[in-house]
Amino acid sequence: MEEGYVTEDGRKIGGVVMEMKNITLRFGGVVAIKDISFDIRQGEIRAIIGPNGAGKSSMLNVISGFYVPQEGQVFYQGKPRPQMRPYEVARQGIARTFQNIALFEGMSVLDNVMTGRLNYMKTGLFQQAWWKGKAEQEETENREVVEKVIDFLEIQHIRKTPVARLPYGLKKRVELARALAAEPSLLLLDEPMAGMNVEEKEDMSRFILDVNDEFGTTIALIEHDMGVVMDLSDRVVVMDYGKKIGDGTPDEVRNNQDVIDAYLGVAHD
Amino acid sequence: MPEQLIFAMEVTLNGLMAGVLYALVALGFVLIYKASGIFNYAQGVMALFAAMTLVGIMNGQVPFAHLINAIFGGHITHFGWTIPSFIAILLTVAVMVLLAWLVQVLVMKHLVGQEPIILFMATIGLAYFLEGVADLMWGSEIKTLDVGIPQGINLWIDEKTYNIFGYGFFIDNLDIVATIVAALLVTGLVIFAQYTKQGRAMRAVADDHQAALSVGISLNFIWVLVWSVAGFVALVAGIMWGTKSGVQFSLSLIALKALPVLMLGGFTSIPGAIVGGLIIGVGEKLFEFAIGPMVGGATENWFAYVLALLFLVFRPQGLFGEKIIERV
Ligand SMILES: Nc1ncnc2c1ncn2[C@@H]1O[C@H](COP(=O)(O)OP(=O)(O)OP(=O)(O)O)[C@@H](O)[C@H]1O
Ligand SMILES: [Mg+2]
Repeated sequence: MEEGYVTEDGRKIGGVVMEMKNITLRFGGVVAIKDISFDIRQGEIRAIIGPNGAGKSSMLNVISGFYVPQEGQVFYQGKPRPQMRPYEVARQGIARTFQNIALFEGMSVLDNVMTGRLNYMKTGLFQQAWWKGKAEQEETENREVVEKVIDFLEIQHIRKTPVARLPYGLKKRVELARALAAEPSLLLLDEPMAGMNVEEKEDMSRFILDVNDEFGTTIALIEHDMGVVMDLSDRVVVMDYGKKIGDGTPDEVRNNQDVIDAYLGVAHD
Repeated sequence: MPEQLIFAMEVTLNGLMAGVLYALVALGFVLIYKASGIFNYAQGVMALFAAMTLVGIMNGQVPFAHLINAIFGGHITHFGWTIPSFIAILLTVAVMVLLAWLVQVLVMKHLVGQEPIILFMATIGLAYFLEGVADLMWGSEIKTLDVGIPQGINLWIDEKTYNIFGYGFFIDNLDIVATIVAALLVTGLVIFAQYTKQGRAMRAVADDHQAALSVGISLNFIWVLVWSVAGFVALVAGIMWGTKSGVQFSLSLIALKALPVLMLGGFTSIPGAIVGGLIIGVGEKLFEFAIGPMVGGATENWFAYVLALLFLVFRPQGLFGEKIIERV
C-alpha cells in the first residue's frame, strides 16, 4: 500500500505525505491528544471526526504548528519535522482555515485572498523600490492566481466587499479562498461547513471535491456532519476523549463498534 | 477684511503647522498600537533619544563618554570629527532599527499574549530606561540641532500677504519644512502599507494575528519592523522639535500632547492621528487668540486636554472610530 492506490471514482492516491507518530498534547491537567498516530496520503481527503472536545482541532493545530505536542514526532514528506512556528509551517505549503473563522475583517475579500500570496512575493522592500518591472510582473502573476481562485469559488460578486459585512457562510468561503491562493500542497480545514444551511453545505462539499480533483490538493478536514464526511472522505480518523478509536475507510469506520459506542454516548469506563 | 479675521487666519496657519508635529508623534503611537495592541508610552522618549543620537553623531561625540572616563580615568568627550547631517541621519535610522530589534527580542517577545496593562507598564519601564540610556550616552545638557533646515520668517509669504491684506503673516520656514516632510512621510507610509509585501503583512498583523500566522507571516519580524518605522517617525518628529526648541528632556513631554490627539482621532486610525493633530494644533492656537486674553492666557497648557475630555464624554470612539454599541 506504500505506493498508493486508486479510489473507486478513479483518483490516484499516492504515498504518505504527513505522518503523526505517537502524538501527545496536554494543557495542564487536560490531555487533549493521547498517543495518537495516523498518516495522510498524497491526494486524499482525510477526515478527522469525533464528539465535541475530542481533540480534533488540537490535532489540526499540531499539524499546522499552532500547538506544540509534549510527545511524539511529526513527519512531513518523509522527514522528521523539527519544531516549527506556525508561519514556518505555512511557508512549507500547509494552508489552513479555522473553526472560528480568522479573516482580516478590515480588508476587502480581494485583499484577504491576496494575503494568501504573500509567501510568493519574492522581491523585497528595496527591490520593489528600485526594480519596478520585476515587482510589477510578480504582482500580475499573483493577481492571476487570486482571480482564478475567486472565480473557482464563485465569489466574484463580493470581490470588493469588506469582509466584516459578509454573512457567515460567505466568510467561510473567503477563508477557503485565502488558503487556496497559497496553492498549498496540504490543506487543513477545521469544520468548513459548520453553521451552514443545506444549500451552502452542498456548495462547500462540491468546492472541496473540486479542489482535490482539479489541483490534486491533499486535504485534511474536520467535520461533524456524518453524511458529508461519508461522501467526501477517502479515509477517516475517529477521536474520542483525546484517543484514536477508529481509522479506515468510511465504511470500516461506520461499522466499528467503538465508534458506534462513542457516537451513541455509551458510558466510558 | 476686518483686522481680527486676518489675525485669526495667521493664527490658524500657525496652528496647522504646530499640529503637524502633534500628528507625527500620534502617528508613532497609532502604528505600534494597531500592529500589536501595545500603547507605547515610550514614543516621546524615542523622539528624544533619536534627536540626541543624531546630535551626538553629528558632533562626533563619544557615546557613554562619562562612563568611560569614570572607569578609565580619561578625559575623552569627542572623536574630533563632525559628520554631515545626511549621513548622521542614516546612522541614526540604523540605531533606531537596532533599538526596535532589542525592544522586541529582550522585552516584547516575552510578553506576547499578556494583558494590555502589562504591555503598557513594560513601555513605561522602557521609557524611563531609554531616558536614562540617552542621558548616559550623550549627556543631559541642552543641545542645539541644526541639520540645515532653514529657520525664521518666510519672506515670500510675508510679502504676498502684505500685498493682499496690508499685513504680513509670520510663518516660520521650519514649520513649512516640517509640514512638507510630514506629508511626504505619511504618503510614503501609505504607499508602503498598500503596495509592498512587508506593508501588506503589516496590515495583516494589525488585523488578525492568527490569520496572519496562517498565511506565513512572522509576527516577530513584523513587530520589529513596526517598532523600526515608529522609531523613524520619532526621529522625524525629534528633528523638527529639536530644531525648533533645542534637544532637551522636555522633548519627551510632547508625547503627552499626543494623548489628546489620540482621543480625538482614535487609537487605531492613521487619518485620525493626522486630523486630530491638526485640530488640536489649530484649536489651541485659536482658543488662545480668542479666549486667552479674557482668562489670563496660558490656555495652551490645558486646552487640548479639556477638548479630549469633551470627546471622551460625547464621542468616546473618536472622530473616525465606529460607534460603540453595547451588546447585551
Ligand atoms: N488552548 C487551549 N488551552 C487549554 N485547553 C485547550 C486548548 N485547546 C483545546 N483545549 C482543550 O483540549 C480539549 C480538546 O479540544 P479541541 O478543541 O481540540 O476539541 P474538538 O474535538 O475540536 O472539539 P469541537 O468539536 O467542539 O471543536 C478540550 O478539552 C479543550 O478544552
Ligand atoms: Mg474543534
